[in-house]
Parts: sequence; C-alpha cells; structure tokens
Amino acid sequence: MKIAVCIKQVTTREWQPRLDDGKTWIREQDAAFEMNEPDQYALEEALRLKEKHGGEVVVCSAGPSRVAQVIREALARGADRAIHVEDDGLANADAFVASAALASAMKDEQFDLILTGLQSDDQGFAQVGVILAEKLGLPHATIIMEVEVTAGSRGLRVKRELEGGWFQWVSMPLPAVLTIQSGINQLRYATLKGIMAAKKKEVKKAPAPAGLAPKQKILSLYVPEKSKKTQIIGGSPAEAAKELVKKLRDEARVL
Amino acid sequence: MILVIAEQRDGKLNRATWETIVGAQQLAGGSTPITVVVPGGKEASGAANDIAAARVKEIVTLEHDSLRGYTPDGFTAALQGAIGELAPAFVLLPHTYQTRDFAPKLAARLDRALITDVTGIKTGSPTSFSRPMFQGKLTADVAPQGPGPHFVTFQIGAYRADQAQRGSSPAPVRAMAAKLDPGAIRQTIEPPFQQAKQAVDLSQAERIVSVGRGIKEQTNIAIAEQLAKAMGAEIAASRPICDSGWLPMERQVGSSGQTVAPKLYLALGISGAIQHLVGMKGSHTVVAINKDPDAPIFEIADYGIVGDLFEIVPAMIEALKS
Repeated sequence: MKIAVCIKQVTTREWQPRLDDGKTWIREQDAAFEMNEPDQYALEEALRLKEKHGGEVVVCSAGPSRVAQVIREALARGADRAIHVEDDGLANADAFVASAALASAMKDEQFDLILTGLQSDDQGFAQVGVILAEKLGLPHATIIMEVEVTAGSRGLRVKRELEGGWFQWVSMPLPAVLTIQSGINQLRYATLKGIMAAKKKEVKKAPAPAGLAPKQKILSLYVPEKSKKTQIIGGSPAEAAKELVKKLRDEARVL
Repeated sequence: MILVIAEQRDGKLNRATWETIVGAQQLAGGSTPITVVVPGGKEASGAANDIAAARVKEIVTLEHDSLRGYTPDGFTAALQGAIGELAPAFVLLPHTYQTRDFAPKLAARLDRALITDVTGIKTGSPTSFSRPMFQGKLTADVAPQGPGPHFVTFQIGAYRADQAQRGSSPAPVRAMAAKLDPGAIRQTIEPPFQQAKQAVDLSQAERIVSVGRGIKEQTNIAIAEQLAKAMGAEIAASRPICDSGWLPMERQVGSSGQTVAPKLYLALGISGAIQHLVGMKGSHTVVAINKDPDAPIFEIADYGIVGDLFEIVPAMIEALKS
C-alpha cells in the first residue's frame, strides 16, 4: 500500500503565547515548534500498516522552511520519503488553503490511503483531512480508533469514535482518507539509526499553487477573557494547601 | 435567512441543536428568519416536532431512506441540494463529531467558508466569530471570507440550551424529499455500540479529582488517588492519561469521554484544552492546581494554586486529616 501521512508543525505545549505587532498572529521568532500530536498517531498508524501490508509511507507537509524539522523527525521514525509544499505564506494558512496546497502536491501520487491527525493543536480547524478527501474525490471517515484493511487491499473497515464512549464501524473502498484520533496506538520514537537513515531520504519540494484565497481572516488574536473570577491562593505549598482546604470547607462548602 | 442543521439519531434530537438555536437567534437579531433542517429517514419527524417548539420560521425535514443512518457522502449530497433550494446566508451547526465528519466536505463542495468550534458571535460589519486557538491559550475573532452561505459550527456548551427562545405556537413543519443517489454513497455503516459497559458513572459523582499530563508518570497516579480518597471523590482524567493506559478509558472526562457536573472538580496538572473543558465546565466549584499560570484551566477555575502538585497534593492530604 502506498500511504501518505499529512503532518503539521505546531507550537509546543510549553510555548507561552506572544502576539505579533498586528495582534493577528503569533510572534513566530519566539516560538518553539514540534510535530502536531494527533499527526504523530497518524504517522505511527501508517508505519504499522506498512509493516503489516508492505508498501511505502510518504509524509506530506505544507508550511514555511521551518517545517523541515518535523519532516526530518517523521523520516527518522520510519517514513520512506517526504513532500514539502514550501511557502512562507502557509505558516498561518486556513484549512482551505492548507488542503489545496496539499492536494496539488499529492494528486499525481495515486496514494492508496491518506492519513491525517483529526485536528491541529494550533488553529484546531479539524477540517483539512476532510477537505482534502473532497478535493481528491476520495471517500473519508474521521476520528478513527482502529484500521482494518480488507482482503486484497481493496477496502477499509475502520472504527469511528462517536461521543460519550460510543463507536461505529464503517467500511469504504480504497483509495480513501482517514483522520486519526490520538491514542489509537502507542507511539514509537526515532532511534539513532533512524536519525542517520533519515539524512539520506528524499524530501521533494513542491511550490504552493498560485492564487489561493483564504476563506477566513483573523481580525484579532488575544488572551481569552476570564469567565470566572479565580481566587489564586499563594504562599508555600503547605500554606496554600491548608488555605485551599479551608476555603473548600467553609466558603464553597463542597467538602 | 439563517439555516440551522439539526442533529438527530433514531428520531431523538441531539440537545446540542438547541444550543445552536440560541446562536442562530443571536445572529438573527430578531429580524432574519431562521429555518431548521432535520436530515434523516422517516424518523426525522420526531426530532422535527421537538425543535418546532423553538421560535423559528419553519422546520424542514430532509428525508430519504438512505439518510436513516448517517454517512458523510449521503448527508453532503442531500444538504447540498437543500442549501441550493433554501439559499441561506448562514448555515449553523453544533460542533459534534458528526458535524466534524461532513461539514468540511459540504463547505468544500460549495467552495464556501467554514468557521469551526465557535464560542461567541460579534455582530457588526463584518460580523466575526470567536473561537479558541492554540489549545485555548488564545482566542481569535475570525471573519468568513468570500460569498455566502458561510458555515459556522458552535462548540458544545457555548450557549445554554435553556436560553433558546420558544415560540407561542409550534413552528410549521414541512417535508422536503432529499435528492441523492444511494449508489453514490461509498461508506457502509454498522450500528453504533458502546465498547465496554460503563462501570463508573462519573456524572453522579459529587466530587471528582481529575489528573492530566502534569502527573508525569503512571506511578504518580497513586497520590491523586490518595487525595481523592481523603476527599471522598472519584478519580478521573483527561484524555492523554487514558490514552497512555494509566487510568481506564471509562474515567475519561471530556468530549470523547464522560460529561460531569459535580459539586467539586479538582483538576491536577490539567492544562484545560477545549476537549476537556466541554466535559466539566458545568461543575459547581472548580479548583485548578497547575505549575503554568497561563494554563487555560485557570480561566474557569474558582480557586487556583500555581505550583508543583507533587508538593501541594501531599500537603492537602495532610490538611484534610485535621
């Protein structure tokens, strides 16, 4: 099976938000980046499917030059080659622009299966995988917790997560697009051997298609207003703990 | 006209549809008419009669035998036709897992903007929609671009269902036959199921101690359990903890787990990503203990301690003994 995995580079969980001067995006020069967590699960699932059914795993990412960091990491974990749609304008692309950029670079590859994470930890659209499927004319399913390839690699049977602990099995023919839920598998990390091997793997650069018009515009970006007035309890850990217990007993009356 | 796409299963309306009605009524400002479309099979009329209590212009059931069970191909084709016929300026949906499965496809097919996970509306020119970004660390006011209809999905709990304005008499319900070719639906579905019997019903718990990534290691779960015992609380967790197998999935709180509203919800090392907050923000008193003062959990906490939970939790257990 020829499997593509779309990965996104996002700010790290530890990153403290700082805004650019226009207050419509973050100060990229201050930010640290890593591979979007749900995409890591998508990559792991692709590597497992390749181990079981053979074929190759191609990582695809749309973003500025900094994205090379997560592409290298994916190659080090075991992907065979990569496609990087490189354009500075993709740093804060909306879901339509990102999926159009990916679709143009992926359409001639004839992938059997395309995996993405279910959403990104930065803009969190939860749209790219589904729009990509529509643009490529492929069936899709989202929020997947288990993937079975049916006989002769002609189709898929996948377990979709529904809300509140419910699930559903869905079947569809290949080629197809799936968005993968975190926790579907246990992640592997790159070995030294993998890191060395990654240096020799192909990373194909592709241009972003011209004239992509965004479908949404950020008018302002800000630290959210508090919906509750939080009493922050200070002091040493022992003092704070004692004070908190007292307040929960006497003030909130919940203990 | 504003179109709300209702969600139902087996004729039972998903309550999140009522929340979307509140958003639609705010966006309409009392002047723009609201239509609710209910896709499904014959059973859709049950849900339609329920939502007809809302103060809206009309309810349209979008019926076809192939819509009895949800598929993204079937829903996209049927709704594409209905939107073409009804010509709304906005199409509003609750941000459920089902919406997430088909709304991007529908918007892409029509080449229109889709703004997801919205928590508030700022009417004006242009009208913008507030949504969380960067795991809730920031909020963005976003304006849709290009011609309408513009698609907007509302985060679960962004509006309160009981705030929906109801009509003095039920809104008229009419049926629209969905135009779709069942042969073009590529997905084959099996009936939904629950993986394991939920042995733990966290929704009934009076107090909950919930752990997140800040607990760092599986062996550290024990101190959270000791605290829970000392407080007479159930133990629960955010998704990453259950993904790692440190606590069973049935103890997960959040959009993919249980929704809880205890008297006391104590969040240990939980940053407060939206997917977690939607499962617990109805709690009466929320306490957050986290080393990151900017963690979004503090935005909804009544009491907070910024510090090392490994120092604070043992001190709390000690204090609870007195």
